[in-house]
Amino acid sequence: MQDRIKYWKGIEELNNTPEFAKHAHNEFPEFLPLDEAKGEGSTSNGKTQRRDFLKLLGFSMAAVSLASCEAPVRKAIPYLNKPVDVEPGVANWYASTYYLNGDYNSILVKTREGRPIKIEPNPSSSVTPYGTSSRAQASVLGVYDNNRLRFPLIKGKEAKWEEVDKQIASRLASVNGKVAIVSSTIISPSTKQLIDEFGARFGNFEHVVYDANSASALLAANGGVFPGYDFSKANVIVSIGADFLGTWGAPVPFAKQYIQNRKIDADNPEMSRHYQFETILSMTGGNADVRVPIKPSEEAAVVTAIYNAITGGGSTSAKIGDGKALAAAIRDLQANRGKALVVSGSNDPAVQAMVASINRALGAEGTTIDSASPYFVKQGNDAQMIRLINEMNAGSVGAIFFYNSNPAYDHPLAEKVIAGLKKVALKVSFAERVDETAVLADFVTPDNHYLESWNDFEPKRGFLSISQPVISPIFTTRQMQDSLLKWSGNSTNFYEYIRNNWRKVATGDFNKFWEKAVHDGVLENGSSMLKVAPSTVAVSTTVRNIKPAGIEAVLYEKVGIGSGSEANNPWLQELPDPISKATWGNYVAMPIAMAKEMEVVQGDVLAVTLPTGQTFELPALIQPGQANGTVAIAMGYGRSLEAGPVANGLGANAFQIANVIDNTVAYSSPVSLKKTGATSPIAQTQTHHTIMDRLVVQENTLTNYKANPKEVTEYIRIATHEGPAKPAAISLWDDYEYKNHHWGMVIDLNSCIGCGSCTISCNVENNIPVVGKAEVLNRREMHWMRIDRYYSAVEHEEKDYATMENPAENPSVIFQPMLCQHCNHAPCETVCPVAATMHSSEGINQMVYNRCVGTRYCANNCPYKVRRFNWFAYANNEKFNFNEPMNNDLGKMVLNPDVTVRGRGVMEKCSFCVQRVQLGKLEAKRENRRPKDGEIVTACAQSCPTEAIIFGDMKDPESRISRVLARQKGERAFHVLEELNVQPNVTYLTKIRNLA
Amino acid sequence: MQHVSPIREPLVTGGKTYHDITNDVCRQVEAKPNARWAAALAVSLVGLAIFIYSCYRTLWYGIGEWGLNKTVGWAWDITNFVWWVGIGHAGTLISAILLLFRQKWRTSINRAAEAMTIFAVICAAMFPVLHMGRPWLAYWVLPLPNTFGSLWVNFNSPLLWDVFAISTYFSVSLVFWYIGLIPDFATIRDRATGPIARRAYSVLSFGWTGSAKAWSRYETVSLILAGLATPLVLSVHTIVSFDFATSVIPGWHTTIFPPYFVAGAIFSGFAMVLTLMIITRKTFHLEHYITLEHVESMNKVIILTGSIVGIAYTTEFFIAWYSGVEYEQYAFINRAFGPYWWAYWSMMTCNVITPQLFWFRKIRRSLTATFIISIFVNIGMWFERFVIIVTSLHRDYLPSSWAMFSPTMIDIGVYVGTIGLFFTLFFLFAKFFPVVNMAEVKAILKSSSGVKHHPHKTMHGTEKELNTNPHHSNE
Repeated sequence: MQDRIKYWKGIEELNNTPEFAKHAHNEFPEFLPLDEAKGEGSTSNGKTQRRDFLKLLGFSMAAVSLASCEAPVRKAIPYLNKPVDVEPGVANWYASTYYLNGDYNSILVKTREGRPIKIEPNPSSSVTPYGTSSRAQASVLGVYDNNRLRFPLIKGKEAKWEEVDKQIASRLASVNGKVAIVSSTIISPSTKQLIDEFGARFGNFEHVVYDANSASALLAANGGVFPGYDFSKANVIVSIGADFLGTWGAPVPFAKQYIQNRKIDADNPEMSRHYQFETILSMTGGNADVRVPIKPSEEAAVVTAIYNAITGGGSTSAKIGDGKALAAAIRDLQANRGKALVVSGSNDPAVQAMVASINRALGAEGTTIDSASPYFVKQGNDAQMIRLINEMNAGSVGAIFFYNSNPAYDHPLAEKVIAGLKKVALKVSFAERVDETAVLADFVTPDNHYLESWNDFEPKRGFLSISQPVISPIFTTRQMQDSLLKWSGNSTNFYEYIRNNWRKVATGDFNKFWEKAVHDGVLENGSSMLKVAPSTVAVSTTVRNIKPAGIEAVLYEKVGIGSGSEANNPWLQELPDPISKATWGNYVAMPIAMAKEMEVVQGDVLAVTLPTGQTFELPALIQPGQANGTVAIAMGYGRSLEAGPVANGLGANAFQIANVIDNTVAYSSPVSLKKTGATSPIAQTQTHHTIMDRLVVQENTLTNYKANPKEVTEYIRIATHEGPAKPAAISLWDDYEYKNHHWGMVIDLNSCIGCGSCTISCNVENNIPVVGKAEVLNRREMHWMRIDRYYSAVEHEEKDYATMENPAENPSVIFQPMLCQHCNHAPCETVCPVAATMHSSEGINQMVYNRCVGTRYCANNCPYKVRRFNWFAYANNEKFNFNEPMNNDLGKMVLNPDVTVRGRGVMEKCSFCVQRVQLGKLEAKRENRRPKDGEIVTACAQSCPTEAIIFGDMKDPESRISRVLARQKGERAFHVLEELNVQPNVTYLTKIRNLA
Repeated sequence: MQHVSPIREPLVTGGKTYHDITNDVCRQVEAKPNARWAAALAVSLVGLAIFIYSCYRTLWYGIGEWGLNKTVGWAWDITNFVWWVGIGHAGTLISAILLLFRQKWRTSINRAAEAMTIFAVICAAMFPVLHMGRPWLAYWVLPLPNTFGSLWVNFNSPLLWDVFAISTYFSVSLVFWYIGLIPDFATIRDRATGPIARRAYSVLSFGWTGSAKAWSRYETVSLILAGLATPLVLSVHTIVSFDFATSVIPGWHTTIFPPYFVAGAIFSGFAMVLTLMIITRKTFHLEHYITLEHVESMNKVIILTGSIVGIAYTTEFFIAWYSGVEYEQYAFINRAFGPYWWAYWSMMTCNVITPQLFWFRKIRRSLTATFIISIFVNIGMWFERFVIIVTSLHRDYLPSSWAMFSPTMIDIGVYVGTIGLFFTLFFLFAKFFPVVNMAEVKAILKSSSGVKHHPHKTMHGTEKELNTNPHHSNE
């Protein structure tokens, strides 16, 4: 058959090599691996053997079932060249700085495999050495926000940076009229210098600074700066409407100072006395020893009364409350000259001028006010912004740039801003997302997130800090400063710019100096770089004449949400307000008496009408402590941005309450309220507000404490035939023996200010899901660490339970951080049918998610109700899209890889950050030593700005916790519900009030 | 030798003969389904569909579909569980304890009561599984050898005791009920005309021959099983009550719970038996077998157990006050006067006040009144469990965590659904199984039918009848 045409399958067949001959029959060897294995030595005649048959069967079954699973393709690409400082599984820490709207924190950023996942305080800083604000904690999610702009926009359309640069440069070259940069307070010396340089080439340039929550009057009365208050030196603090622990000025440094003089023990039983005169019940008011509710129209009267008494400038006729508190405050101030401080949150320059005079008269300068080191955290000038808005409307502004500012939303003249912008030829916004102002801009040139940026900061004169990028920009965004450099034709980048700028303050070899500065994140050698224009205008002390109106409404800032620039952060939305415990939205906070009078119950929707005729609707929240005749509404809500889905539809925009009087912004306005008949529930995490005369949280007075520190805490004793005994002495249980460590926690109720930064820190560290408004309403929030807030009840008879449910009209407030108590005789451990929760050999009550079948018996049997159940799948579930850290690929980058994301149907709770405990132990073990005290810290303890939480090894007699427990034993140390004999490993210290 | 008691009322009326009994009981098994039965079954099937839908929602989306929250971790789920288990108790009590006590009046109602036990336990068993966060791992609560290392269940947990208690209870009840059914299945088999029925009942009757030996074994096994089941009547609800009694929650942590729960279980069980039997006797014309005497006897048990739970409620209050524990005191004051006061007072009205009406003979012997009161008791006993579970949990130690519970449609759906499931099973049982124990009723016929039997005439007549049965002659 030679003549037949032969087609070869390939060159191999033509050559007919031995290899080819061997495999010729086996065209698809990968599908039949068994034939080959059989090969030589097999006695069968090519037939499939029984065993092979089974193998083949197994193989095909596996192949079929694998093919049927739609497993997503996951690619893990190894490093070709491993970066020097990236060790998989090992966290890197970088010093940086968080600053936004007055909230300054020097921070350390924890990164894992190049992803920032956690913010911690920077202990090298003396301004904020421990603890951060809740907003700083939550800010790490901002970098992974899916709704940030991914590219620049021209007229709302995606554009290339080159095109944007070209167009802006050409339009700037031919600009007609004033060029203005509108920003919120900038505390970056280099940025300020750069802005000045940028503006220098224009004939008419102005950098306008305004703050959504302005301190303009305070600055005017103090030479253009925020005085260097030092609360730690004050024995008497009188605050008139200043929420200095929560939202006013620099709350984190203030909280740190404030608490220094409030931590007490028997050897040093002295603490400051804090008077608070305010309209809303603020977090600061909640911490005050004496709190007097006043109307906004009475603020000036209180200050005048103090002013007259302290400076001796005449008598006062003001009648505030029963007058006793005010008289006591004046008496205390006079008796503590040089150790007293008066602060006011008023935005009336005359009031602030009086406060400044009072402080001068009290000898505060140099003691409770560090004149050499004022704060720079607020620099907004109301008059300047108002003038600019008028200029815009007059058509004399040619170009306007918005940096960290959103006046179309958060300025009282927002409507004029919107109208004025139409007459501005060139409008550029640096906003990270299309916000209310950016939507009106011609160009949106998105700024980097701060974690992607180089920057420098000077929150306080002589205290510098740096931020450095911890991740390369995720989107094609560009830092605002780089954009300005580009548009001014400067070819350096901002990093070089800062470096050059810092040469001014460098000592020694610059490279070494710079490296150290970047490493430490702070430079505190007294050198200062930030230039603040001094205000030399004399301020009269003639107060505005605000006529008391029917109902006075106050616009205030919430601790978590602030002015709303971070409203798209689900962690912050779900952070309960420290006082009202409300989440996800704003409301009309109404005093009890007014609610009774108007027959309003909580959740009734009210129409709020302003004198301008503007109306918005919000539900009412009955707020004890709210001054009668007033209501309070938080700013930062009422958003409807496409780029802010988390915040959309929550509450109403209350910025309309703010109004302009004499070129400054006043944050109160008379309103009329009307019931609409509708109801809208408010999602509170706590709905019962009084302590019901229970010994759950303990407090006493300083007088009693000084008399006998052993009498301030009540200890339950159980009656036995041998007389009263400690509950722990009567037990059916065998005690655990802790051979190595015994972890424990002490929470000082005197130090806790209720800010909630521990809650957010815990959320971030432990991958705790955000559940949303509907589920908070269902009472299913997942917080492992919560802060219980109790109001004192109205006067009642003993055991008059119905009456004691009602909070007093002006209650005293107590905060109690509540988390798993890690009981040594844990009720949860005995009841789990599958032993999914058990005790560790180091005293930690452990939760084994894998083993949990979800009977919830443990949660029912927990006397502290700290266990949280995964009612739904919160991860990868479209219904919980707002839970960004678990529902989109970008958001998921923030998850802590050391902590499991729990599935549906599993119980979870505080683990004492067991991942940190293990890490600390492993590191110590590697170095062949015991873990040092303070090396292992839980997330809540680390983020607490007032060091209220101490975590440590109670087995180590030298540890801080052991020393505190030894000292406070029998005095202030107590266990919650001691009589149950569950023997918690968390100990509380009784709160001491310095009552007048 | 037969003696007709002048005081005791006969248990079988209407001068029934043995043959009448067989005919009366087998009638509905052999006849075509009647319209009333079909309608009732259809309604039950709707309930079953609701159950299936609610289960689907619960299983697919999670327990979040229910109204539970961080404070109230159990509510309708465990309320329903305890309620259904309690209902089951009457069946066991009637068939086991009354058998041991030789209470003849039990014979005509024990079959249905036992069936009710089994169906109720099936309904109850749905909840421990459904209420789990991860029900697909429910088998982890069984002490099975496993490959998770030496991972064992937690024998300290009352929930685990529940697993053992309920599974034992269910298996013993099932066996007991089935053994009792065998002779009656054989009767139906012997009468069956259709090939399917004959074969089916032949299988079901396990080849029962009716020989003296078989009867003797039957009696022995019944006695043994009764002996086994008797402690279960007491133990099951005792253990269920441990779920609460061993906890630290005020209102749960109570030593009175075991006897109080057992009494409550029998109370609710009898009420449910009455509800069902009053309908069944009417529907299937069994008035001569389930007589007013039966109803009255059961009503007496209801007065007794109702009074026991009444005393228990009062004792709880007294002890809360006497203990001096503020949390206990508050828990009980909160029950009666707190936000769930209406649940508490519904419970008190239905469980304590209404059964006291049975002191009046007229009411005790009125079918309408009995039916209404039995419904009241069923409602009241459901509220009792709701009060214990929800009002104790919703306000426990820390006022910061106090919360309210309100059910969702799915909560309601699961509950209504189990009622649908129960009645579906019950109606199927009533159609295809003999609802009255023929063999045992025949055994008391001579002594308690109210008819003086003349051995020659009646017995002869009966035998003759039986002999005409072609299948019977096969013996």
